[in-house]
Amino acid sequence: MNAFQQYFYDLAQTYPKWNFIYFYDPVQTWRVVDGLWMTIQLSVVCVIFSVIIGVVGAWAQGAHSKTLRLVMQGYIQFFRNTPPLVQLMFFYFALGQFTPTYAPDGWVEVPIISNVGWAIISLSFFAGAFNVEIFRAGIEAVPESTQEAAEALGMNRLQIYIYIVLPLAFRVSLPALNNNLVNLVKTTTQALAIAVPELLYQMISIYNDYSTAQNACMLFLFFAYFLLVGILVLGMSRWERGMRIPGYGA
Amino acid sequence: MTNSDWTPDQPLVSIKDVHKSFGDLEVLKGVSLDVRQGEVICIIGPSGSGKSTLIRCVNALNTIDSGSIKVEGIEVNDPGLDKLELRKNVGMVFQQYNLFPHKTALENVMMAPIKVLKQSAEEVEERAHALIKRVNLVGKENSYPGELSGGQQQRVAIARSLAMNPDVMLFDEVTAALDPETVNEVLLAIKDLAQDGMTCILVTHEMGFAREVADHIYFTDRGIIVEHGPPATFFTEAKDPRTREFLSQIL
Repeated sequence: MNAFQQYFYDLAQTYPKWNFIYFYDPVQTWRVVDGLWMTIQLSVVCVIFSVIIGVVGAWAQGAHSKTLRLVMQGYIQFFRNTPPLVQLMFFYFALGQFTPTYAPDGWVEVPIISNVGWAIISLSFFAGAFNVEIFRAGIEAVPESTQEAAEALGMNRLQIYIYIVLPLAFRVSLPALNNNLVNLVKTTTQALAIAVPELLYQMISIYNDYSTAQNACMLFLFFAYFLLVGILVLGMSRWERGMRIPGYGA
Repeated sequence: MTNSDWTPDQPLVSIKDVHKSFGDLEVLKGVSLDVRQGEVICIIGPSGSGKSTLIRCVNALNTIDSGSIKVEGIEVNDPGLDKLELRKNVGMVFQQYNLFPHKTALENVMMAPIKVLKQSAEEVEERAHALIKRVNLVGKENSYPGELSGGQQQRVAIARSLAMNPDVMLFDEVTAALDPETVNEVLLAIKDLAQDGMTCILVTHEMGFAREVADHIYFTDRGIIVEHGPPATFFTEAKDPRTREFLSQIL
């Protein structure tokens, strides 16, 4: 044990309610690292997918097809009006029953979508539903006349969307998107319910094994999410600043 | 739809008996006019008389209910209209400039030729610099629209339109939103174009300008062309009482 580990070991001996076990027991340290890494992966992948869903969904909402618009509306209402925890459980326990399985070792049947897979799908669609609304509001803020000018220059609908509407709508949407992505990162903790070994899952596992570590684990959770979300917000606001157009908007 | 049968001795833009309604409101009630190559025509008239709607129909931003609009032989009132083909020939400048706010002046000019016509960026940039120079905006290439005055923005808009090498330019009250002191710089740019032989259709309230550059003036009111003629006689010898009343209010 080095001095750092020794310090926390002694601390736990003196004050049993403050057992920072993950600082001196390498097995627990790895559980924290694994959990943190899983949370980061889950967050990054869900952020990317939810933004893609938002962009495509907002496009679909402006489509001519009434069926497509109706489907989008149904999707948004469903995912926005039901709790993400229920969605996660529904995807994993209910839909999970119907997914095909395969047997990698020729013996045990494994579903092709793992619990992590379902967490990514479920959380991406959850945050994506909000992103559709956020982007749609941004798109509606792009003046019709600007799009008309692009049309007069011979651009088709897709070109106008990609080169004019999206870049402008994105800038308008960023603050709201920011909020939603922050929520998404925090909601990844609910993947605990389907046993995704993310940070909260690992921390609870630790203090289930070592009940004296409970306070220390909670403290770490707050600290870790505070930092993770802090980094996201910092990154987003830098991006927002970088995209600001001189003489346009606030 | 093909323009193979069109020859330069025919009118470049030929509008025949065009009708257009917005809901119950009929804004164009059978308008006909021809514009020959190199001709500059001005359409004047009280607001709500259908002037803007008429020129917006020429590049199919508005559809028409009946009648015919042909641009170099391309029938605009055709469900199978190739809008890109039409808009390559027709440039348009708007009252509110409508520049792309997230692009610099130079990028605004370069965008359509690169994205729509798929021309090479270097070649387009060279042309864009020449156009910026032509509208007297050297030094403003890298400014964003929000950093430019109304008159400067409108000149960028003219350059942006010219970058597509159109055969006819539509100007929809392009000085109406400008501060009085910047109106002139925009009019000069248009005049320069007209003198170079560009075919222009202008909707305008600038009577002095119309008198100076137009080959032909059309006065519209309540969806019809009330009177038209060359500027020399139009302003002094207007026959219709509505024309005379309008002119007396505005001159």
